[in-house]
Amino acid sequence: MIQIDAYKMLQTADGELPLDISLTIKKGEFVSIYGNSGAGKTTILRILSGLTNAEKVTIKVGESLWDDSLKKNHLPVQKRSIGFVFQDFALFPNLTVKENLEFALSKNDSKDMVAELIELMELQSLQNSKPQNLSGGQKQRVALARAIVRKPEIFLLDEPLSALDDDMRFKLQDYILKIHQKYELTTLMISHSIAEIFKLSDKVIVLDKGKIVKEGTPQTVFTEQKISSKFQLTGEIISITKSDIVYIVQVSSGNTIIKVIATEEEAKDYKIGQKVLVASKAFNPIIQVLV
Amino acid sequence: MINLDPLWLTAKLALITTLILLVVSIPLCYWLCYSRFRLKAVVEALISLPLVLPPSVLGFYLLIAFSPENAFGKFLADYFDLRLVFTFEGLILASVLYSLPFMVNPILSGLKNLSPALQEASFTLGKSRFTTLTKILLPNISASLFTGIIMTFAHTLGEFGVVLMVGGSIPEETKVVSIAIYEEVESMNYDHANIHAGILFLFSFSILLAVHLINNKSRKTTLY
Repeated sequence: MIQIDAYKMLQTADGELPLDISLTIKKGEFVSIYGNSGAGKTTILRILSGLTNAEKVTIKVGESLWDDSLKKNHLPVQKRSIGFVFQDFALFPNLTVKENLEFALSKNDSKDMVAELIELMELQSLQNSKPQNLSGGQKQRVALARAIVRKPEIFLLDEPLSALDDDMRFKLQDYILKIHQKYELTTLMISHSIAEIFKLSDKVIVLDKGKIVKEGTPQTVFTEQKISSKFQLTGEIISITKSDIVYIVQVSSGNTIIKVIATEEEAKDYKIGQKVLVASKAFNPIIQVLV
Repeated sequence: MINLDPLWLTAKLALITTLILLVVSIPLCYWLCYSRFRLKAVVEALISLPLVLPPSVLGFYLLIAFSPENAFGKFLADYFDLRLVFTFEGLILASVLYSLPFMVNPILSGLKNLSPALQEASFTLGKSRFTTLTKILLPNISASLFTGIIMTFAHTLGEFGVVLMVGGSIPEETKVVSIAIYEEVESMNYDHANIHAGILFLFSFSILLAVHLINNKSRKTTLY
């Protein structure tokens, strides 16, 4: 169980903004943080990792106290059991892929973990390359592997997939899920993609202007609860065309495009680019606008 | 036969100054780059002062400070038996102060250009500040370190004003090439002046050429 209570004044482009959150995360949970830029998402990860100090903060991880501003108790970054994946990867340019991973080992650690991760993340053919010769997706795989070498309790991902194209994203989502499950991590990931959050997370936190405004499973947070359905997918409306007396709405979800029929009345509420949920109630798919 | 002592003395002075400055500048630059000390700008301005100040001004103040008549000089003489006026040790200290910006500026700009995430990533992997500095930060600014070393060495070779004020011209003790040239010209001994000047010119030119060749090459490799 991880318990975080934090208060920090953020300096944003629109002036000062207080970040004030209280959050409980169960061990082994996959939690996504969703929200506009400047809402304080990255700051939460940085406070939890110890890279940023907050004015008022208590962090309890299991039985140990990581931060307590009242008792002036602050566990340094190096002593926290975390794996942090930075937005710009932060691979060490002077080291090869393998050396980047080995750097994370402590003096007496065996190199087995590095070998295991190189295999798991399929980095065998890249292990002697320098980071500047890798593609974005390859760099991200190295960054993920490096963050896991120390077998951390908490895995922190700061928008890990935002710079990648869709194909790469889907593949890397699988890698992230694989790592999360195999090493029994508690994972906190910042993401802007609702589809990604649906696919990966047990729980999602919606942050707005420094406050948690919604919290729960992706289904309860992003959709209204009245729907109970056999299956549901999220996507984006890419076209709305009239065909005789009905409208055909095309929704792009992942790699597929779904065509759904809507009445004129319904179609009026839809806009191209809108994020929607496609759900099927028995044989009758319906569309619902998200957020 | 021309006396080569001033050349050796100059090379020795430049080498020792460079080594001292390398050891001093790395922690100094790390502090300047990462500390949130309020008066940091004052420290940075002091370090850059030798770039704009006439060498004679610095030399004059050092001469006063080093003099056994004054507190600092007396302290050194009484407790360490160290005399800094007209001695090689004095020249070293003066050169260190005079060449400080030539070592600090390239290293500092190298550190500032690194992504802060590199240091943070190393911390999250459990590494101390020291390990992060030696294994990650310094190897990634090797070009800046190289520039700092070469520029300091070359700049110390060419010192004149400070050396003249603090060191005078004692053969095999403080008579460096630039001073030897000045004295030979004064005594109309143009042949010897020419040889010394020529050697200094060629040597300085070649090391600067080497710096630029290497920097251009490393710029190409980091782009792709």
